[in-house]
Amino acid sequence: MPEASPDLSKVRLHVVTGKGGTGKTTVAAALALALARQGKRVLLAEVEERQGISQTFDVPPLGHRETRIVSDRSGGELWAISVDAKESLREYLQKFYKVGRASGVLEKFGAVDFATTIAPGLRDVLLIGKVYEAVGRRTARGAHLPVYDAVVLDAPPTGRVVRFLNVNAEVAEVAKVGPIRTQADSITRMLRSHTTAVHVVSLLEEMPVQETVDALAELREASLPLGAIVVNQLRPPLLDAKALRSVSAKSTARLRGAVRRDLDAAGVRVTDTLVDGLVADGADYADRVALEQRQDAVLEEQGRMMVRLPLLPEGTDGGGIAVLATAIDEQGMV
Amino acid sequence: MAKAPAPVTLDVAALLEDPGTRIVVCCGSGGVGKTTTAAALGLWAAERGRRVVVLTIDPARRLAQSLGLTELDNTPRPVVGFDEAAGGSLDAMMLDMKRTFDEVVEQHATPEKAAQILANPFYQAVSSSFAGTQEYMAMEKLGQLRAEADRDGRWDLVIVDTPPSRSALDFLDAPKRLGSFLDGRFIRLLAAPAKAGGRAGLKVFSVGVNVVTSTMSKLLGGELLRDVQTFVAALDTMFGGFRERADQTYALLKRPETAFVVVATPERDALREASFFAGRLDEEGMPLAGVVVNRVQRVGAPSLSASRALAAAEQLDDLEGAGTSAATTEGLLRLHATLAETAGRQRRLVERFTAGHPGIPVVEVPASSSDIHDLAGLREVGRALTA
Repeated sequence: MPEASPDLSKVRLHVVTGKGGTGKTTVAAALALALARQGKRVLLAEVEERQGISQTFDVPPLGHRETRIVSDRSGGELWAISVDAKESLREYLQKFYKVGRASGVLEKFGAVDFATTIAPGLRDVLLIGKVYEAVGRRTARGAHLPVYDAVVLDAPPTGRVVRFLNVNAEVAEVAKVGPIRTQADSITRMLRSHTTAVHVVSLLEEMPVQETVDALAELREASLPLGAIVVNQLRPPLLDAKALRSVSAKSTARLRGAVRRDLDAAGVRVTDTLVDGLVADGADYADRVALEQRQDAVLEEQGRMMVRLPLLPEGTDGGGIAVLATAIDEQGMV
Repeated sequence: MAKAPAPVTLDVAALLEDPGTRIVVCCGSGGVGKTTTAAALGLWAAERGRRVVVLTIDPARRLAQSLGLTELDNTPRPVVGFDEAAGGSLDAMMLDMKRTFDEVVEQHATPEKAAQILANPFYQAVSSSFAGTQEYMAMEKLGQLRAEADRDGRWDLVIVDTPPSRSALDFLDAPKRLGSFLDGRFIRLLAAPAKAGGRAGLKVFSVGVNVVTSTMSKLLGGELLRDVQTFVAALDTMFGGFRERADQTYALLKRPETAFVVVATPERDALREASFFAGRLDEEGMPLAGVVVNRVQRVGAPSLSASRALAAAEQLDDLEGAGTSAATTEGLLRLHATLAETAGRQRRLVERFTAGHPGIPVVEVPASSSDIHDLAGLREVGRALTA
């Protein structure tokens, strides 16, 4: 029995993952933009220093400083950050131990490198710790409202995401007590609450779908709240059911004859090669459509909300993200 | 170098048939088909008489599926069902990162010291989750396979699929990072703080040591720090060995017997990553054989332009009294136009790449209408690669 989908409008932290190559950064960007267009103040965060966000929005490279990259007419704002583990460690030390000054010494001894690249799990705690801080941050004055209405995290790909989010288990191996452990516990509480949703991006191909199914099972196992399945890069249907049947029929002799006549009527200079090529591409296309339908059914079986986004033939250039944001909004994902 | 960027074709067949080629490393960003390419190269070479082992690192066990194996672990296993007529052989294996690390420890330490290290909680965490261990162990395994090939002649070609790193460059950097960590000052300091302070002989230095250890202890808890210290002390005797191994493998990768194959798809991001990687290999003096561009759109009727097809489709739409097949023909024309546009866009992206990297050979593999998960599919890819 599939579990009920969470009410995504209450979600304050959207985690977006997916197999490499499925376009998870693009989807995270579009989701963040959709939220900002609803008049919200949104933070979009990346944690792998890939500069995927700045490339997607065509803005200068991002750093650890939160930067506004979109101001919407609705009053909504989209801010972005490329979280840096070393900076997070510095902030963390300063906040909890007032030892920001000591970080120079730590750096000198290679302790910062140790903590941010080698100590198992610590790097992830620092990276998510920053996201956790942004989700919980409140204004200093007035009503102490949340600074961000929503945070969208462009998370590591499906192969690594559960380990990344499961900071508690990871840290438990090495730190059984102490401040890092306490921090990991708070992060885990937030990640497992109903204000978080983990969305998985997929394509209608076998391997991404298999990884999506595996990731959903792993996420469930780790008690992480699931959000939507986002099917990305969907092509508009080009052949109707009858055409699909005729191109994939055993004998296409009659079809070829008809195509030949039609092309002739439309004034195209017809050759056998041309007709054969068109029909062969049609047959390949029919195979693909059948495969996509099977994969779509596999994803539907997961019982999650499904969001379907079109392929952007021109990539994310020139307002492509806005097209996807509109689709996300129209399909009620947020 | 010639100024006009005349595209050079990567001659994969010659590369694989050359007995001087002993190692092929497939690298590229995630999701571009590295594993499939590695498997297809391995199958092609084996069916032409080479004795091949394919090492994959991907946790999704994709190569396992495509090679019809159910169990892929740290042991190379023969692939069933390939054509042995040419006298070749094909083994495949999947990297077990932790086991490889354990083996390295066992090889370099006395049995009792090895036992001590393997039981250490910090070692267990590092060996199974440190970002970079996978890359380091992939290099280690590559070195082992290569050495085994030399020793008993079991293989004459090792094909490696690189880890699914966030960036293709991690594969080159991670071993160095682990090496410098193991040699690092901080680790030394943890291993013997008193000695380090004493050697420096400066009071300032001792103060620094105290700040560092007390801060790290606050942050991580005393227990972890003790584990680390024990671990480092136990590992101390192995430092030299580790470093040496990493350096050896690095040197191996620079030798002409190695060929790097950068895998990409005809998309902006994947080609950008390929571009970075090609530049980096040049910088390091590592032998780049060329670039494989996967999933390239092919068009069945290339003589008909996209715009002409669309115009004809419009015309059919308007045509009174056309046959009942008109809708199908119209659909085929629109499909053709879409495919032709995609193909054109991809061609421009690849052209831009070749213009930026004149002289780097490129080979294209057409997109398949279905996913590849059997030997027949891999053979098809191999044919396209060597066409």
